[in-house]
Amino acid sequence: MARTLAEKVWDAHVVRRAEGEPDLLYIDLHLVHEVTSPQAFDGLRLAGRPLRRPDLTLATEDHNVPTDSLVIEDPTSRTQVETLRANCAEFGVRLHSMGDAQQGIVHVIGPQLGVTQPGMTIVCGDSHTSTHGAFGALAFGIGTSEVEHVLATQTLPAVRPRTMAVTVEGALQPGVTAKDLVLALIAQVGTGGGQGHVVEYRGEAVRGLSMEGRMTVCNMSIEWGAKAGMIAPDETTYAYLAGRDHAPAGADWDAAVAAWDALRTDADATYDKEVFLDASAVTPFVTWGTNPGQGVALGDTVPDPAALPAGAERDAAERALQYMDLTPGTPMREIAVDTVFLGSCTNGRMEDLRAAAEVVRGRRVAHGVRAMVVPGSMLVKLQAEREGLDAVFRDAGFDWRNAGCSMCLGMNPDILQPGERCASTSNRNFEGRQGRGGRTHLVSPQVAAATALTGRLAAPADLQEA
Amino acid sequence: MRAITTHTGRAVPLRRSDVDTDQIIPSDWLKRVERTGFGAGLFSEWRADPGFVLAQPRYDGASVLVAGENFGTGSSREHAVWALQDYGFAAVVSPRFGDIFRNNALKGGLVPVQLTADEVSRLWGLVEADPSLEVTVDLAARELRAGDLVAGFPLDDFTRWRLMEGLDDIGLTLRHEAEISAYEADRPSYLPSTTVRG
Ligand code: SF4
Repeated sequence: MARTLAEKVWDAHVVRRAEGEPDLLYIDLHLVHEVTSPQAFDGLRLAGRPLRRPDLTLATEDHNVPTDSLVIEDPTSRTQVETLRANCAEFGVRLHSMGDAQQGIVHVIGPQLGVTQPGMTIVCGDSHTSTHGAFGALAFGIGTSEVEHVLATQTLPAVRPRTMAVTVEGALQPGVTAKDLVLALIAQVGTGGGQGHVVEYRGEAVRGLSMEGRMTVCNMSIEWGAKAGMIAPDETTYAYLAGRDHAPAGADWDAAVAAWDALRTDADATYDKEVFLDASAVTPFVTWGTNPGQGVALGDTVPDPAALPAGAERDAAERALQYMDLTPGTPMREIAVDTVFLGSCTNGRMEDLRAAAEVVRGRRVAHGVRAMVVPGSMLVKLQAEREGLDAVFRDAGFDWRNAGCSMCLGMNPDILQPGERCASTSNRNFEGRQGRGGRTHLVSPQVAAATALTGRLAAPADLQEA
Repeated sequence: MRAITTHTGRAVPLRRSDVDTDQIIPSDWLKRVERTGFGAGLFSEWRADPGFVLAQPRYDGASVLVAGENFGTGSSREHAVWALQDYGFAAVVSPRFGDIFRNNALKGGLVPVQLTADEVSRLWGLVEADPSLEVTVDLAARELRAGDLVAGFPLDDFTRWRLMEGLDDIGLTLRHEAEISAYEADRPSYLPSTTVRG
């Protein structure tokens, strides 16, 4: 029977299928970080269970780590990181700790090390695990009980999800990024649009994206409710993987590529749901509200809730505008920010930093704006330094930090103060996400860079005109 | 996990959609390494406002939360479920749940009751008119009952059985250890190991 990419990967991992029960899926890679794992390791200990496959498990410190020193001042954060270290030592899990060159945000280091590969099942106690789907892996976030389940059994019981295709035809205009594309998509389909589905991104514009752009798109799948996002592997994928630390080599590489080549949706396969988007119509996109679906083109104005049909959507828009302290009809370009955050597992990779540095080069951060770059991993940081990007950012007035989640969720000291407004390349503009009372506008790295220079939401094109 | 067949209690109407897990339990609380004590952090930003529904004495002791659509979106933090349970909730009603939240809830025995937007609206009306109204969530019948409202909700047979028996998922899976080992013996050699370089 004709099958989609998601169905092929799913079927290849079914350990056990029984009528009326969820499938038991084998997990090829389990990524672990300090926040969602302590209670799971405790559970193992309490039940006297071993960790089944330390060799398919990889841990990093990312959510709590400070980005300007190697010392965690906050005692609760420190305990959490120390707990991860103790757990990894006890159960034999490879851990990349602060100060280690391979430390970084969990979704940045997996692909970078080459442990993220096509056709795999990958889980992590983190919703943005969907990032790894960019390689044609089935990758999804799980809760702590499921983390414990995978530690103990290397499997997960799961109900086969429905499938969905997002086909993006046409080409992105110059200056328009993967982030703009996915923000525009979420504004179209809504935050619940993908619920219960594994979504496959396809079409000309998706094939045209680099691996890093693909990761940005898949990363945000969870923001519109999808269980996972996937992109079929192709030459771009193989070129990215070849030669990485954990990528197959020699005869294994050939066998792997032969298997990966088969991971394409069959021509006559059908999806349960389909969405179409025209890439050529997408322009730089930013959010105005408190969920990632509340976005408009940068050239647009703050929408008027009164124009929405009465009900939940209008109520949510009114509440969001109040929280964000915005007035309907205000041009987005007139919104002034206090802070610019460039980083996260959405946009903290090499390409993101390079693109932002191009915008910033030779210019200065606007007076009164706090701007920071937090590379997604230490390897990204080191590479950027080799390319001299740190100097470009520093000369412009940006802070240049160590790797971590940082202001994406404000578990470390990098937070917004109440009422502060931030242009952020991260993925969530929820109330208080970047610090209590903080206001977040989600943007691309290029928009973040231009915004830092002007102090108002702006695209690089606005700078040339000025 | 404690077995659940039915739960009866009073309900609190949360007339908000897109209640994400950062609102349910802010990230500051995620630094803790324990599984208990999260109730104090539940909706902590919103609870500071005396007008917030959970801060109103007439809903004290309610154990069923009735929310708008897209409840529990966002992060995978199971702390959201622990916070709701620790605060005293046994069930959450919404027209649509975030997938991971729903999974987490089912692992921990917090019943996610998915009703239509219409039914949720009627339930809000009933509870607001009479905060002492008893709401029953019946797993056997897969049905919520409150006053004259009787509404079915989806729950697959397997999960329902597991909840009603109070069974530990890991224990159930380990019954199939032989099948897991057999699967492992057949995995292709090119797949990565995190301990050995490719
Ligand atoms: S960068 Fe943000 S979204 Fe990504 S893993 Fe860290 S906290 Fe989560």
